[in-house]
Amino acid sequence: MLTMTDVKKVFRTDLVETHALRDFNLQVDEGEFVAVTGPSGSGKTTFLNIAGLLETFEGGTYQLDGQNVSHLNDKQRSQLRNEKIGFIFQSFNLIPDLNLFDNVDVPLRYRGFKSNQRKKRIEESLELVGLANRMKHLPSQLSGGQQQRVAIARALAGNPRFLLADEPTGNLDTKMALSVLELLKEINQQGTTIVMVTHDQHLASQAKRNIYVRDGQVSELTDTPDSSIVAINQTAIG
Amino acid sequence: MFTYYLRLALKSIKRNPILSALMITAIGLGIGASMTTVTVNYLMSANPIPHKSEQLFYVQLDSWSQFEPAREPNEPPDQITWTEATNLMQAKKAYRQSAMASTGGVIEPKGQDEKPFMASIRLAFADFFPMFDAPFLYGSGWPDSSDDNRDYVVVISKATNERVFGGENSVGRTIRIVGENFRVVGVLDDWLLVPRFYDVTTGAFDETEEVFMPFYMKQELELTNGGNTNCWKTPEGEGFTAFLQSECVNYQMWVELRNDNEKAQYMDFLNNYVNEQKTLGRFARPLNNRLSNVMQWMENQQVVADDAQIMMWVSFMFLLVCLLNTIGLLLAKFTGKAAEIGLRRAVGASKTDLFIQHLVETACIGVAGGILGLGLAYLGLEGIKSLYGEFVQNLVGLDLTMMVSAILLALISSILAGMYPTWRACNIAPASQLKSQ
Repeated sequence: MLTMTDVKKVFRTDLVETHALRDFNLQVDEGEFVAVTGPSGSGKTTFLNIAGLLETFEGGTYQLDGQNVSHLNDKQRSQLRNEKIGFIFQSFNLIPDLNLFDNVDVPLRYRGFKSNQRKKRIEESLELVGLANRMKHLPSQLSGGQQQRVAIARALAGNPRFLLADEPTGNLDTKMALSVLELLKEINQQGTTIVMVTHDQHLASQAKRNIYVRDGQVSELTDTPDSSIVAINQTAIG
Repeated sequence: MFTYYLRLALKSIKRNPILSALMITAIGLGIGASMTTVTVNYLMSANPIPHKSEQLFYVQLDSWSQFEPAREPNEPPDQITWTEATNLMQAKKAYRQSAMASTGGVIEPKGQDEKPFMASIRLAFADFFPMFDAPFLYGSGWPDSSDDNRDYVVVISKATNERVFGGENSVGRTIRIVGENFRVVGVLDDWLLVPRFYDVTTGAFDETEEVFMPFYMKQELELTNGGNTNCWKTPEGEGFTAFLQSECVNYQMWVELRNDNEKAQYMDFLNNYVNEQKTLGRFARPLNNRLSNVMQWMENQQVVADDAQIMMWVSFMFLLVCLLNTIGLLLAKFTGKAAEIGLRRAVGASKTDLFIQHLVETACIGVAGGILGLGLAYLGLEGIKSLYGEFVQNLVGLDLTMMVSAILLALISSILAGMYPTWRACNIAPASQLKSQ
């Protein structure tokens, strides 16, 4: 479903070149719940941005749902992102002056759905995250956990095959974090593939599969990681 | 999608009310200043008789001194002498023709309580009225015969009719002007000519006259010269007749020529006339006769004053400065929206989608600025009116064309101003914004 082969990403300034990803290889199959961990600066977020078509890469190939994305133009990438990928961010990224209904509506607007179609999907998504009765509220009227639930509803509204989550519980207290995690697991059980970047080992342990990123390269972990990380270097993938 | 963008634009404008107000004010000020000066220029340079301005010709004959032209470079005088005016009228070589002059005189209303008042008078021939499509409320112009017979007939303006006859149909009634009784043959309807093209030698933007009477009344009643009188030679002799027959110019001459053939024939006639006069010892300068149509004559007489044009360009520069300010403010505004732009990119908006969205927002600001600008232009024009009074009364008013132009100018200029900030906004790297909110 998601296959990266020898993907490279270099950030350049006048003085220095930073190799964020080097020969990055990963395959994620349909229905998986993959947690990506690693130290700060290891390339986790860069991987997620490339996976979400928010950034380009220099070398290697990336196939999303069987489609090679290397040579897509901006419009094609945007369309693919809209149809197949849902994003969840650490800081929720809700638009402050739009109410919940309109926030969840944002991706649907770019899909070209008709009004009644959009309304149905928005209501279903907010129902799923337990906020159907607060559609007309502004984000500022909600708690952090509720805001993240809205962000999840927004990500799910377009019925994507992929959810990419970047530290989805990073800004939440433990109770709220657990509740969001439970929601993600539920969504995964319904068939949506999830790739989640996190620093939280406990959170990662809840995923079906864990990978570890260090120095821009991927290592596979055992299925049930504990605090002593056992890396299997350069696992041949796919 | 357009209504969605429109809704987002209004939300965005409301989100930063001070920034939005600054932008709208900047555009409004620029548009207001530009439209004030453009309106004055537009009305100054408007074609006052578009359907036949190509067929009406102003006649110039170079009767000036052999030693210098009337005006550099080698321009014939702006007006003609009494001798030429009467000779050309007697020749009657054009389809229609009228020599004319301005003068003034006292009107004495009949009512005991009514005070006499000074009125502007245009001396003209019968053709004057059909030639310039003068609109009549009652009656008509006088017949051709009244010109040569020197009949005591007049056409009066609507305002004069109101003042002297209380607005009644006064055709056939008597009016006392310059101490003589005249029979009213016609009353004009409102006749607003901007500019008053048939005589631009003085007061191109004055109103049309209050009284029109046959040209030869000038001689009959020894009426004073109105407007400009220019002489290159001292009159030979004393008194009114000597002055009338001098080389001084104070008369305008218009002819209506329906096609090029008639124009060529009339020019031949003028040249022959001047050559004939040369044999009599007049017209010492080389042949330099002119036939200028209405717009050519307006151009020749620089009806649109240079300083009005300079003001217009200065106001356009001011608009440019306002737009540069708007660019800066838009940059600040769109930079503040970077996180939202990043989010929209992430959920599937293409650069084109965002470009259109922000252009709609810019256009909304532009339209609001345009409406404010219209209000300011109205105030500006009222200010000009209060500064210059009646002199510019006919020049300062916003018509529909100017209103639409103001909105379009605001829209186009704000969209142009918004291009760069919008382009910048669309090129914000989404990944950099999503982590940092």
